[in-house]
Amino acid sequence: MVKLSINGRLEEVEVDPAMPILWVIRERFGMNGTKFGCGIAQCGACTVHLDGEPIRSCSTPISAAEGKSITTIEGIAAEDGTLSKVQQAWISEQVPQCGYCQSGQIMSATALLKRTPQPSDEQIDAAMKGNVCRCGMYGRIRKAIKVAAGTEESARQGAST
Amino acid sequence: MNDMKTGKPPRSRAAKWTRRGFIGAGAIAGGALVVGVAIRSGNPVGRLKPIVAGGEGEALVNSWVKIGADNLVTAIVPHCEMGQGANSTIAQMLADEMDVSWENIRVMDAPADGNYVSQHTVRTFIGPGTLPDKPNQVSFMEPTYDGLFTQLGKLGSAYITGGSSSVRTTGQYGMRIAGAAAREMLVAAAAAEWGVPEGEITTENTMLIHAASGKSEPYARFAAAAAEQDLPRAPRIKTVAEYKLMGTPAPRKDIPGKVDGTAIFGIDGGPEGQELKYAAVKAAPVVGSRIESMDASTAKTMPGVLQILNMGDFVAVVADSYWQAQQALGAIQTVYTKTEIDGLDSDQMFAGFSKALDAAGASGGSSKAEYGDAEGALSAAATKVEAEYKVPFLAHATMEPMNCTAWVRDGKCDIWTGSQVPLMARDGAVEGAGVSADDVTMHTVFLGGGFGRRLTAEYTNQAARIAKATGYPVRMIWSREEDTAQDFYRPADISRFSGGLDQAGKLLSWNNVHCTEDEPAEAALVEFYDIPNVAVRNVEVEMPVRLGAWRSVAHSQHGFFVESFIDELAHAAGKDPYEFRRTLLANSPRHLAVLDGAAKMAGWGSELPEGYGRGIALVRSFNSIVAEVAEVDMTGGKPRVVKMYCCVDAGFAMNPDGLTAQMESGIIYGLTAAMYDEITIKDGRVEQSNFHDYPMMRMDDAPEIAVQIINGAPDNLGGAGEPGLPPAAPAVANAIFAATGQRIRELPIAKHFA
Repeated sequence: MVKLSINGRLEEVEVDPAMPILWVIRERFGMNGTKFGCGIAQCGACTVHLDGEPIRSCSTPISAAEGKSITTIEGIAAEDGTLSKVQQAWISEQVPQCGYCQSGQIMSATALLKRTPQPSDEQIDAAMKGNVCRCGMYGRIRKAIKVAAGTEESARQGAST
Repeated sequence: MNDMKTGKPPRSRAAKWTRRGFIGAGAIAGGALVVGVAIRSGNPVGRLKPIVAGGEGEALVNSWVKIGADNLVTAIVPHCEMGQGANSTIAQMLADEMDVSWENIRVMDAPADGNYVSQHTVRTFIGPGTLPDKPNQVSFMEPTYDGLFTQLGKLGSAYITGGSSSVRTTGQYGMRIAGAAAREMLVAAAAAEWGVPEGEITTENTMLIHAASGKSEPYARFAAAAAEQDLPRAPRIKTVAEYKLMGTPAPRKDIPGKVDGTAIFGIDGGPEGQELKYAAVKAAPVVGSRIESMDASTAKTMPGVLQILNMGDFVAVVADSYWQAQQALGAIQTVYTKTEIDGLDSDQMFAGFSKALDAAGASGGSSKAEYGDAEGALSAAATKVEAEYKVPFLAHATMEPMNCTAWVRDGKCDIWTGSQVPLMARDGAVEGAGVSADDVTMHTVFLGGGFGRRLTAEYTNQAARIAKATGYPVRMIWSREEDTAQDFYRPADISRFSGGLDQAGKLLSWNNVHCTEDEPAEAALVEFYDIPNVAVRNVEVEMPVRLGAWRSVAHSQHGFFVESFIDELAHAAGKDPYEFRRTLLANSPRHLAVLDGAAKMAGWGSELPEGYGRGIALVRSFNSIVAEVAEVDMTGGKPRVVKMYCCVDAGFAMNPDGLTAQMESGIIYGLTAAMYDEITIKDGRVEQSNFHDYPMMRMDDAPEIAVQIINGAPDNLGGAGEPGLPPAAPAVANAIFAATGQRIRELPIAKHFA
C-alpha cells in the first residue's frame, strides 16, 4: 500500500512498490495526460512533479512517492479551470503540433519557472534538454517560457480559439 | 474527435442509389468530396447521417459540413491530425468560404468509412497532374471521372494523410467548395422563407442577413431547409482579395486540448467504462523469421500476468498492467527460425549498392530524366567534378510509440489507434479479428506523430489478434525498443554524380545515378536548374529491410545529394554557391525569389565570426519551393548549427503560422537525421533501440529558426508538412565546407566528428 497525494487529493494504492509512477497514474488513476515515450528517462514525455520537482515518472518507482505529492498536467490549472501562465503561453505561442510530448514539456517548464522565475537561455536549455519534441517546436517552447515568465511579449493576438 | 467514440459502423454497403443519387454519389462514394449533397432517402449521405450528425437538432447539410442547433459548424475532415495542423487549416478554408466565424467552427475527423476517401488526395497520388488549376473548376459535372478515382482510392484503402497534401487537395478542392455550396444553400433556404431574392441576402459571421427588411438569423435556423435545396452546380468561391480567414494565423483548434492533458491519443483510447488489460509485444527481430520456440516458464509466474501468447511472428504478454506485461516479456526466452538474411549487415548492403552502381557505369540503369547529351557534354567539359554521397537507413521515432487498443466480442471489433490510413488500419483489424469490415469500428484519435510511420497496419493487426485471443479489451503498446527495431525505415542510398563545367564556370553536364526507387518520381530531378545536358538514372538493389515512407520520402535523400553536388560544382567553378545557383535559375523565377529571400534573410555575404560558415540549399518538393541558409559554428571542433533561415513559397499560405510551424518542424526533423542518426543492421537485426543510440535534437542544440513566406502562386498550392526538411541537411553540410573546407559526403554528420 502506497499513500500519496495526487494533484492535491490523498490516495492510497495497492500496487507493486516497484511499479513506475507513470503506469500508476495512467492505469490506476485513469489520468492519461502523462505520456509514455521511452521508458528509460531519455525523452521527458512522462515528466510530472514529485514534491514540486520534475521527475521522469517512467523510471521512478511508486515507492519513491510514499508520503509525497505528485502533480500531473491535469493538476496545474487553477481549481476554477483557469489555465496556468505556462499553459496560456503554450496556446498564445501555438506551441504544440502533435502534442504528445507537451504535457512533459509544460511540467518541466512549470518547474523551471517556479525555481527560476526569469530564466536565461542557458537556464532554459539546462531545464528543457531532457524533453524531446519530435515535431521540433523548441523555438516556440523557448518563446512560450519567456512569455510565461514575462520577459518577452507575445507577438500574437490572444489565445482564443 | 471524441464525437466518434459513439459512432456505429454503417450498415449496408449495398444501398440502392437513384440515378440522381448516383450523380451526387459518384463523388460521395468517393469520399464526400462533392459538396452540398442534400439528405435524401437512398442517398449515402443519409446512411452516414447517424454517424456524423448525432446531436439533437443537427442536420447534415452536406457530407463535409454539419451545422448544429447551437449555430456551431463542424468541418468533417477526412484526414488525421498528427501535428501538422492541416485539419484546422482545412476548417479555416471552409469557414472562410461559408462566412462562418472562427469561434463557431469545430473540427471532427471523418469516420473510417470508405465514403470519406478523398478522391482529390487519391488523384494526387495516382494521377498526378489531373487536378484542375482552380478549385471552382471541380464540379459535379464529372461524376465518372471522380468516380473512377474514387474506386481506385477505395481499392488502396486510401483515406490517407500524407504527401503534404491535405490542404492543397482536400482543403482547396473539397472544403472550399463545400463551404461555398453550403453557404449558397443556406442563402437559398432563407430567400425562400423570407420571400426575397437570393441576391439581396448577405452572409457574415455565421448569420444570414437581409439588410432591406432588417432580417437577420443564424445559419442554424435554416440548416434543415438548406439540406432540401438543390445542389449548386458550381458554387462561387472567393478570390484572394475576398479572403477573410484564409491567409490569417487563425489559432489551431486542437491546441487547447494539448496543453491540459485532455487530448486523446491512440495510447489513451479505449471503451468507456470497461476495464482494460495491457499487452507488451516483441516481434521476431529479423525480417521473415518466426518464433521457433519460447520458454515462458518464469514469465508465467510473474505478478499480474494473464496470458502469454505465441502468435508465430510475435510474442505477447497480457497483464493487469503494462509494466507487468513488459517485465514478463523480458523474462521470456525465445528462439527464432533461421532466415536467409540472418547474416545481413548494412555495410554489406552498401557494398551491394556500390557494385550495382559500378555495373551501371556512366549510362546504365533506368533513365529517370534525359535531355541533351550529358555524356558528350561531360567529355567536352573544361572542368569535371565527381562525387559520391551516402545516406543511412532512418527510423521515424514518433514520440508516441506504436500502439492500438482493441476489443473483439460478439463478432465485432473496435479499435482505437492513430493512423494515417484509417481504412488500411481497419483492414489490419479485419484480418486480425477475423470479422468483416462492416463489423470493425475504427475510433479515430490524435496521432503522437506520424511522419509516414503510421501508414501501415501491422500494429492494428497485432492488437486485434491479441484481443481476439483474450476476449477482453486490451491496450497493446510497443516499447520504444520495439518501435525502433520494428520500424519501416527510410531507405539507405548511395548517389554518384559527375558534372562538367565550361571554362567560364557554366554548368553544362549533369549525370547522376543512385539506388533507391524515387518516391515521388521527381525527387532526383533538377529541371528547374538551367542545365542543358542532364541524365538521371537509378539502379535496382537488394534491400531486405522493412522500408517505408519517411517525412519527405525520397526528397530526404536527393535534397542532400543534389544540393551538396551543386555546392561542389559552385566551388569548382570558383563561384559563390548562392550566385552560382542564381545563374542556374534564370528560367525559374519563383525558385529564384525563394533563394534570394533566404540569402537576404541570412545576410549572405556579410562577415561571420571566425570559425563560422554559411551554407545554402534549395529544394522543390510537394509543389512547394524552400531555400534554407544554415549558419554553423565550428569553433568547438564539431558543428553546432546556430541559425537556420528559411524562405518558402507554398503558393499561398492558408495559415501562415501553420506553414511557419511546419517549416520549423521539418528543419528540426531534417537536422536531427543529418546530424546524428542512422539505423544499422547487424546479423539481420536493427542495432539501435532507444533515444540513447538513436538521438534526437534537443533544446540545447536546436538552432534558432527564422521563416519567411512568399505567396507566389495563390491558385497553385504546395504542401507544408514535408518541404521544410530536404534543404536542411545540405545547407548544414555546405556550411561546414564553407567554414572548414571539409566536404561531408556521408550522413550523419556526427560520424565525421566523433
